[in-house]
Amino acid sequence: MRVLEEGRGELLGWLDPDEARRWMAERKSRSPVDKRMTLREAVERFTHDGDYFALGGFGHIRVSMAAIYEMIRRGRRHMAMAAKTAVHDVDILIASGVVDRVECAYSFGHELRGLSPAGRRAVEGGRVKVVAEISNAGFQWRFRAAAMGLPFLPTRVMLGSDTLRYSSAKVVEDPFSGKPLCLLPACYPDFAIIHVHRCDRYGNSQIDGITIEDIDLARAAKRLIITTEEIVDEDLIRMEPERTVIPYYLVDAVCEAPYGSHPGNMPRLYYSDEEHMAEWLKLSRTDEGVKEYLDKYIFSVEDFSQYIELVGGRKKMEYLRRLEMLEEPLRAPWAVRG
Amino acid sequence: MMDYTATELMACVASRTLEDGRSVLVGTGLPMVAAALAQRLHAPNLLIIFEAGGIGPRIPTIPISVGDSRTFHRAIMAASMDYVMSCAQLGLVDYAFLGAAQIDPYGNLNTTVIGSHDRPRVRLPGSGGGNDAGSLCWRTIILMMQDRRRFVEKLDFLTTPGYLIGPGARERAGLPRGTGPYRVITQLGVMGFDEGSKRMGLLSRHPGVTLDDVVENTGFQLIIPEEVPVTEPPREEELRLLREVVDPAGIVIG
Repeated sequence: MRVLEEGRGELLGWLDPDEARRWMAERKSRSPVDKRMTLREAVERFTHDGDYFALGGFGHIRVSMAAIYEMIRRGRRHMAMAAKTAVHDVDILIASGVVDRVECAYSFGHELRGLSPAGRRAVEGGRVKVVAEISNAGFQWRFRAAAMGLPFLPTRVMLGSDTLRYSSAKVVEDPFSGKPLCLLPACYPDFAIIHVHRCDRYGNSQIDGITIEDIDLARAAKRLIITTEEIVDEDLIRMEPERTVIPYYLVDAVCEAPYGSHPGNMPRLYYSDEEHMAEWLKLSRTDEGVKEYLDKYIFSVEDFSQYIELVGGRKKMEYLRRLEMLEEPLRAPWAVRG
Repeated sequence: MMDYTATELMACVASRTLEDGRSVLVGTGLPMVAAALAQRLHAPNLLIIFEAGGIGPRIPTIPISVGDSRTFHRAIMAASMDYVMSCAQLGLVDYAFLGAAQIDPYGNLNTTVIGSHDRPRVRLPGSGGGNDAGSLCWRTIILMMQDRRRFVEKLDFLTTPGYLIGPGARERAGLPRGTGPYRVITQLGVMGFDEGSKRMGLLSRHPGVTLDDVVENTGFQLIIPEEVPVTEPPREEELRLLREVVDPAGIVIG
């Protein structure tokens, strides 16, 4: 295949397919073992300074905030993030100094809430570098190529754009149709963290609702931490095997974290906490405000359950449940009418 | 006459461009409002699709994210990014609904940076699903504010392809044949693209907007026909639904 164009972005997370096969064969146990552990242990064992990682969910939807806070508490540094629709996750990881490089499909924004003050300040000031651009489908298909054990996947996105010129993709002439095609390199992150609705002690996981990129990401990641709203009996998984989206042999750690996506949305269980998001967006306008927020909600507590108490405990969680069930009208302090 | 804001007018005009029984991939913000309004008015069988996997929801209230639980509320399918984007690549998605920070005469879009890429003056979120939607859907509709900083001869960064440098350029780049920008809806008017040159041209101006207003707020030569009709203003029913049902908290329409 003739290469017509090459993106100049840094190629992160790529492995030769035979290296990837060897990693999976040697490092992913096919023996079911009880993988329950504390988040602290999981973060200490499976995340390292300098790693390139991806987070499941959608930036502020079904995202493992519990694990993110633990990474911040453990003082992780110089990490590169696969920012595939990264929203509140990347913002707080940048603000706290964990992430200093980003491969960017979507970052520095809070969707309807506007742009992210902390993330923008870091990238505009040069403290954080965007080492490659990509699109959302681009990331999805980088993970898919990895999940299939292939070196790349041919697609028809990003062609003709600066997104491609600043990416790690290549354009070739398709030997079948003769048309230019965008080849997306496989992406095997050093680790991924995915928050799920329920799983058993071995890591067999169910997700309610959309799965976003997580089915492929789970297979692409070299290490996988599952955080879960609840740990259930293996029998429950075996009663409905069609509901398993992540099987145990992909999983390295299982950590129970009720309300683990707060202040993000957990479909069917609780909606996003817009009062808390508004507090973050306001405080993160300055470095002092960021410090105040991190001290108050992350460094002053031992673990995620203490944080949940701090942000309002049962009463707040019950309100967010009613909001999710459309039993309460949404109040968004960052919006004009609130 | 009813009082309305520019944002409300844009939402109404955008919603009217969506036909019943068609599929639309919807981006964050005003596109969600327009699609939800269309679904409640003239297009009950509009197939609304969200990039994170929500297919065919009955949108109860405006989602904050294109991936939150509202995007698959009473949907026909809760799928994945791969499933949705593959459907678009396969040719099943008629419309893409996008916003942008900058647009050029060929409908190319910038949502990545203002200034240079490596030392940006303003860092924007990046492509998100924008590049994918604008590459793969049949017709792209763009909703954005119009002024000389946004409507520019040359983009700071080409995030999402429009007609690139003119006729045939999309196909030469390898993008799916017969796709591209279709409408640009702003606070001043509605624009389309000339069949021959693929350059942007004015289709209608909104009530109270003069041709001079449009020209003064466009940083490139816009094709202006001899007769330019005036956009139909929002109807009472449209405004009522927008304010009371679609976005009662005012999170998009203000």
